[in-house]
Formats: sequence, C-alpha cells, structure tokens
Amino acid sequence: MRTIDCEVIISEVARLCQEANFKLEDDVVQSFKCSYETEVSQSGKEILNLLIENAAIAANESIPMCQDTGVAVVFLELGQDTHIINGNLYKAINEGVRKGYQEGYLRKSMVAHPLERVNTGDNTPAVIHTRIVPGDQVKITVAPKGGGSENMSALKMLKPAEGVEGVKNFILETVENAGPNPCPPLIVGVGIGGTMEKCALLAKEALLRSVGEPHPMPDIAELEQELLGKINNLGIGPSGLGGRTTALAVHIEIFGSHIASLPVAVNLNCHAARHKSVVI
Amino acid sequence: MTKVHISTPLVEDVVKSLCIGQQVLISGVIYTGRDAAHKRLVQLMDEGKELPFDLKGQIIYYVGPSPAPPGRVIGSAGPTTAGRMDAYAPRLIERGLKGMIGKGARTENVTNAMKKHGAVYFAAIGGAAALISRSVQEAEIVAYSDLGPEAIYRLVVKDFPAIVVNDAFGGDLYQEGRKIYAIE
Repeated sequence: MRTIDCEVIISEVARLCQEANFKLEDDVVQSFKCSYETEVSQSGKEILNLLIENAAIAANESIPMCQDTGVAVVFLELGQDTHIINGNLYKAINEGVRKGYQEGYLRKSMVAHPLERVNTGDNTPAVIHTRIVPGDQVKITVAPKGGGSENMSALKMLKPAEGVEGVKNFILETVENAGPNPCPPLIVGVGIGGTMEKCALLAKEALLRSVGEPHPMPDIAELEQELLGKINNLGIGPSGLGGRTTALAVHIEIFGSHIASLPVAVNLNCHAARHKSVVI
Repeated sequence: MTKVHISTPLVEDVVKSLCIGQQVLISGVIYTGRDAAHKRLVQLMDEGKELPFDLKGQIIYYVGPSPAPPGRVIGSAGPTTAGRMDAYAPRLIERGLKGMIGKGARTENVTNAMKKHGAVYFAAIGGAAALISRSVQEAEIVAYSDLGPEAIYRLVVKDFPAIVVNDAFGGDLYQEGRKIYAIE
C-alpha cells in the first residue's frame, strides 16, 4: 500500500489547471500546421496561422489561450493499492482547482446552481470522473472544457436498426447544426454504445486522445477517417467562415450495449483541445 | 485582403459601407456584454430607466475576459457565442446599437433588426483570445461588477481585428462561405 498526501493532489491539480490553459499540446499545434497545408480557403489559412500565433503567445506569456478557461473536468485513475491520506480526495481536487484558477488568473465560469446562476468565484465544482485501476499510482488528467463547444454537443438514443448509417447521420447533423458556434476546427469526440451516461463519458474520453491518433480497431479507425472526410466536406471551415478544415480529427470510443439500444454521443471540442496529465 | 480601419462610434455611412467578408480593424471605445448583462439592460429598458452607457453608435463585444494578471490591462479576451444574446439584441439595436462582435450565427430576429435600423455584426476569431487581448489598451468596469466575468467593461481598443459576417443589407458570410467550399 502506497500513501499519497492530499497536499500533493492539491498542488498538482493547481499546476495542471494552469498548464492546460497556457500551453496547447504539440500534437494540436502540429495539426494546425498540417491543416494549413491542405486548407484551400485563403481566410481559412489566415485563421489557422493566427491560431498558431495565439498558442505561441499564450505559452510564452503564461496567459490563457482562450478566455473561456472552462469547466475543470478531471479524469482520475486511482490505483487500487493507493491510500490517500490527510484529507478527502475529491475535496483536494476542488481545492487544487480553486488554487490553480486563482493563482493563474484563469476565468471563473462556474455557477453554483444552474437556475439561480450565481458564480461560485473559484471555478468549482470540478467535474470528476474516477476509474479504479490496478497498481499503486494515481493518474490525474485535467481537461478544461469550454462552454461554447460543449453547448453544441448532443446525444441520441438510436434504434439498433438505424445501424452505422444512423450513427454517421447523427454525427454529421450535430457538426452541421453547430456550424461556426463551437470554434472550428474541431476535435469531434464520439461515444457509441453503453448506456446514455456511459456513451456521453466515452465521447468526452475520446477527446483526450492525441489529435488524429486512430482507434486501435481497424473498422472504427476507418469510420473515423470516413467521418472526418465527410465533416470537412461540409465547407464550414476555420471559424466557420468557409473552408475545408472543419475538424482536425474524429475520435470514436465504443462500448457494449443493450440489445434494444444504440446510444450515440457527440462531444465537440474547439481547436483548443486542452488536457494535461500527471502520474503520481 | 485589405483591411479597413474603422472607429467608434459608428456612423451610418460607415455601417452602410461594410459588406460581408470585409476585414476590419476597429479602434476607439467598445463595450463588453454577455448574457446576464444583456438581461439587465433589457430589464432597465422595460422599466423605462436609464442605461449605464449610451448605446447610440456603439459596438458591444460579446466577451467574458479572463482576469488581468499583474502588469496587463486585461486577461485573454476572445469572443463568446453571439446566439445567446439573440433574444436581447434587437432591443438594443432599436435603441441605437450599431455593431456587435462575437462568434457564431445570428437568428433572423437579429438580422431583421440590423437591416431595419442599420447595424453590423462582426466575427472575431473564436479562441484567439491571447492574440486579441493585445489590441485592448484600456479596460474599466462601467456596470454590474457583481457579475464577475460578465460585468460590462468599457474598452479602448486599437486595431481590433474582426470580419463582417452580417452586414446591414442581409448578407451572411457563414452561409456564403460554406456554399463555396461544401462538397456534396
């Protein structure tokens, strides 16, 4: 049994909140550069260049790449042989978010009650997803998620008879309806299968993959490629002003489902595909 | 493409000279405002009370900036989704608002009001918030500081980069842009 102090959790979460907002991962910046080469719209090319410049300014000056520094979505992989001491793990994560958002001059976007809508002033509560895994380590991933793209996400319970065509249509429809709103070029996270909530979680987990890294199953990887082509043919383009770079990647995750069910969730992410991890 | 320099307050001739796809660099005073601030402004109008600033000829930038770190006038400041303000925008346009800056499509009730009263909607590049913040020279809260990031700020901007998405004649760059690049 390994012990991990809550103080370590707090400081690591605080650090990850800031780093995720200041520094776009290299794979995302690289995907902007690749898209610049293939983009046919001149204004689309200009926008991709400005996004590269924006990412550089944010990283160099330690300021957020986007003013919407998001809901702090935290993925926790907790080794079953770990003992968390000196506090409550979830409280420690929220404390880390509080500290990180305050010290990093990040925007506090959370309201305590969805109808009364009074800002909590510290960006808590964090949305925490926990998985118990073998071993004695803790992996923490902080993925700040902006409201603009989250709002354009969707979930549908299809009939199994609608099959893969129904799935494709729903994904395309969701991206098309979103149009310019979610800040394209997008990363399109898709969950297929499971139950309603499992499917939504799969779609969010799909956003954590390196941009364009294919799914290990060939049939799913092929579906990802096909959808990426179709989405880019919609013509929405960077910032929605027309072009062929509407999405940088489509990432699909799947899970078994009930004989009666075919849930599909589409979680859109803007070009700021933010996530930072640490293993303690 | 050449960029047109425009300054606030926007006069009718300038509004009418702008067409979709035109890239502009905006200088002068602009005001910020998002959902909660718009709700309050419209409530004041309903009650016949004075607004915290005169809307005539002004531009409202839909933004909730991140807090200013020491040594900076503002934090990162990119546009937020304009569609959330569609329920309120026509009332402000009737009252003299001439420009809006945001991202994402507007509904017909807004574009109709823009045509009727002469107003223009600009898109700023979604997410390019660190870059855009460089064009902000001054920032002060003029109303609703209790709303935190949703407070109304008076910004002084120089060469703020934007693009005309909806002009005063009913043009829509989001629709036109897609038509050019869509493949059936």
